[in-house]
Amino acid sequence: MDIRFTDEELAFQAEVQQFFASVMDDGLKAKLHGAEASLDLKEGMIEYQRRLNAKGWMAPGWPVEYGGQDWSVTQHFIFNAERGKTGAPAPIPFGVTMVAPVIYTYGTDEQKARFLPRILNSDDWWCQGYSEPGAGSDLASLQCKAERDGDGENYVVNGSKIWTSFAQAADWIFCLVRTDNSGRKQDGISFLLIDMTTPGVTVSPIETIDGIYHLNEVHFDNARVPVENRIGEEGKGWTYAKSLLVHERLSIAEVADSKRNLEQLRELARAEVNGGQPLLQDPVFAKRLADVEIDLMALEFTELRVLASAAEGGMPGPESSLLKLQGTTIQQSIQELRMDVAGYYSQTLQGDLSPAQLGNDFADFAQKQYFRGRASSIYGGSDEVQKNVTAKHVLGL
Amino acid sequence: MNFNLSEEQTMIQDSVARFVHDTYAFDKRNETVALEHGFSADNWQQFAELGWLSIPFAEEYGGFGGGPVDTMVIMQEFGRGLVAEPFLPTVLLFGGLLQAGASEELKNKLIPQVVAGELQGTFAFAERQSRYAITDVKTRARQDGVNWVLNGEKTVVLNGGAAQKLIVLARSSGEQSGESGLSLFLVDPSAEGVTTTTYRMTDGREAANITLGNVTAEAVIGGIGEGYGLMSPVVDQAVLAVAADALGAMESLNAQTLEYLKTRKQFGTHIGSFQALQHRMVDMFAACENTRSLLYRAVCALDAGDEDAQRSLLALKVMVGRAGRKIGGEGIQMHGGMGMTEELSVGSYVKRLMIANTLFGDADYQQQRFSTLVNAGEKQSVAAAAA
Repeated sequence: MDIRFTDEELAFQAEVQQFFASVMDDGLKAKLHGAEASLDLKEGMIEYQRRLNAKGWMAPGWPVEYGGQDWSVTQHFIFNAERGKTGAPAPIPFGVTMVAPVIYTYGTDEQKARFLPRILNSDDWWCQGYSEPGAGSDLASLQCKAERDGDGENYVVNGSKIWTSFAQAADWIFCLVRTDNSGRKQDGISFLLIDMTTPGVTVSPIETIDGIYHLNEVHFDNARVPVENRIGEEGKGWTYAKSLLVHERLSIAEVADSKRNLEQLRELARAEVNGGQPLLQDPVFAKRLADVEIDLMALEFTELRVLASAAEGGMPGPESSLLKLQGTTIQQSIQELRMDVAGYYSQTLQGDLSPAQLGNDFADFAQKQYFRGRASSIYGGSDEVQKNVTAKHVLGL
Repeated sequence: MNFNLSEEQTMIQDSVARFVHDTYAFDKRNETVALEHGFSADNWQQFAELGWLSIPFAEEYGGFGGGPVDTMVIMQEFGRGLVAEPFLPTVLLFGGLLQAGASEELKNKLIPQVVAGELQGTFAFAERQSRYAITDVKTRARQDGVNWVLNGEKTVVLNGGAAQKLIVLARSSGEQSGESGLSLFLVDPSAEGVTTTTYRMTDGREAANITLGNVTAEAVIGGIGEGYGLMSPVVDQAVLAVAADALGAMESLNAQTLEYLKTRKQFGTHIGSFQALQHRMVDMFAACENTRSLLYRAVCALDAGDEDAQRSLLALKVMVGRAGRKIGGEGIQMHGGMGMTEELSVGSYVKRLMIANTLFGDADYQQQRFSTLVNAGEKQSVAAAAA
């Protein structure tokens, strides 16, 4: 039992620190932090992700042959921790973290050659087509239909996907579609890659309570998709999508980002004065902050335990099922506390005013993050679904 | 980076687990805590023979030279079985303080006796007014020629009835609440002026209030006025041990509750099929894993002399209190009426967890210390925070 870094690991840590410090120059910071509209965000993220790719660090978790890094688990941990410290974002996950592992695990050589390099270089922007108006937490009941056309070379896709983040900016969507309705609902689902410029594909925006445009509904009206865009076997899409969740799980707790957000929160509360005292010294506030910080310290080591067991080739232990649930709870607690620090201003709309005119320079951010953050306990398996899964698979209930 | 036990540590774990399995079935435990002083002298001898009493001591005093991970392994198994023998007060506190500050002569004399299971001891630190503030000490020590003479009262002294030697925290100078001016004294409880009043803790273990009326100390442990610096690392190790004990108890209580959910039938089905109970059981599982993660964090940090050690230790103690209360309360609730009975061990586990919460400061107390530690610092630029 030992968590000390070796000299080699310390040297790597210094290299990562230096790299992110130089990558996150003022110009890029301004683009990333100021960007709310997804198209601005996309421009900044592409610039940022290409800097990662130039260093070979866009997808360190991929197998080396496709452009990943032969890193130890400790190096991956260091990489993420140092990234989080500098405030550099994780790459947008839909391409690099979500669809790529399915492509390199189950795709053909042609599919790998066609898609993976373009993901690494951020040439293609991806979005995820899983949820449907009638299939939310019960995802396997999805009904978006893909039928072979007359000559069998194309699927004809009809139906809708919903809650599709950044579909308005995406070049491609990876979809779970129903190719067979005869058996168990988990069977008969296939994994299709669909070009967003395909005739019959339309995107309509969904207005959300955070006031940021990021969610969409994507409609398929007789959209013809070549059969060669199917990953793996027909009817096996559910299995592929589930195996992908393991890749997601290792980064899903977002510990590094929460640590940075918590430090920022502490400084905001130190600067905020309440009855002549810094809010940070208010015992009730301090207790709530401490509770979150202690949970986060625990989660950091739960994640390390999961990583360490994965490094030894073992299956992640039962504790891995808690990462998303607890990570989400902590993120939301930080967002709540940030709202509370803003006081009256947590309820004001900044609109076109400058922070100086309004009288507050963080409430607008606090408010958007708070409302946006409510989604994290709903997407990717809601808190309740996470608990159901843990109860069933870990506790055997 | 790894969280594995060494081969030696796994052997210790197996041997303690075997002992608990063979000796500590719940009905046998009840017989054991009913004995004088709340534990079995035979078991204690067995601990000595198995080498467990030597674990934290240096080899030059007949010890095993173990570190915090070894202690953690033993205490976790003790917690699982609700072991009542006074490993914490005698070995970790009394023995730990001897090793940290006693003269070579005294170490050579007393530590081998502890290792052999021949000497019971304890550390008397709390007082009526002190609550959890370990530096709030009214017991006074005054010099009388070459001797030091003690006056005052120590309360809730663990193992205070069986202890044949005490290490007493007393004030040789300074204000009632200061860190400076504290000193540690070796006291023989059969010496003139010592009155010991024993009582039981909720889980059956014995404690005592000990009054000292003009008691001449046998020796000073460490230098006069150096008590705080001397005891702090020993208390840190003891906090780790208490947390490991609590983790073992949480694991055991969770396993027992889960088993009950799978077997108890109501409304024609296992009560574990009810989502309301499933989700709460997941919360109990999470509370236990959080405690384990912070325990590993604190053990590794303390072992490595990491700068994060104090913060991790405080976080751990807060979590022990919070998680223990959650698992304890839910453990009773999910057992229904049976959770209220002495027939099941549920209540004893809950009491063990509640004692763990209070030892060396409860969750509320440690949370305030945590906040003081992490929120200290100069006012920094807010611009970065708003970005």
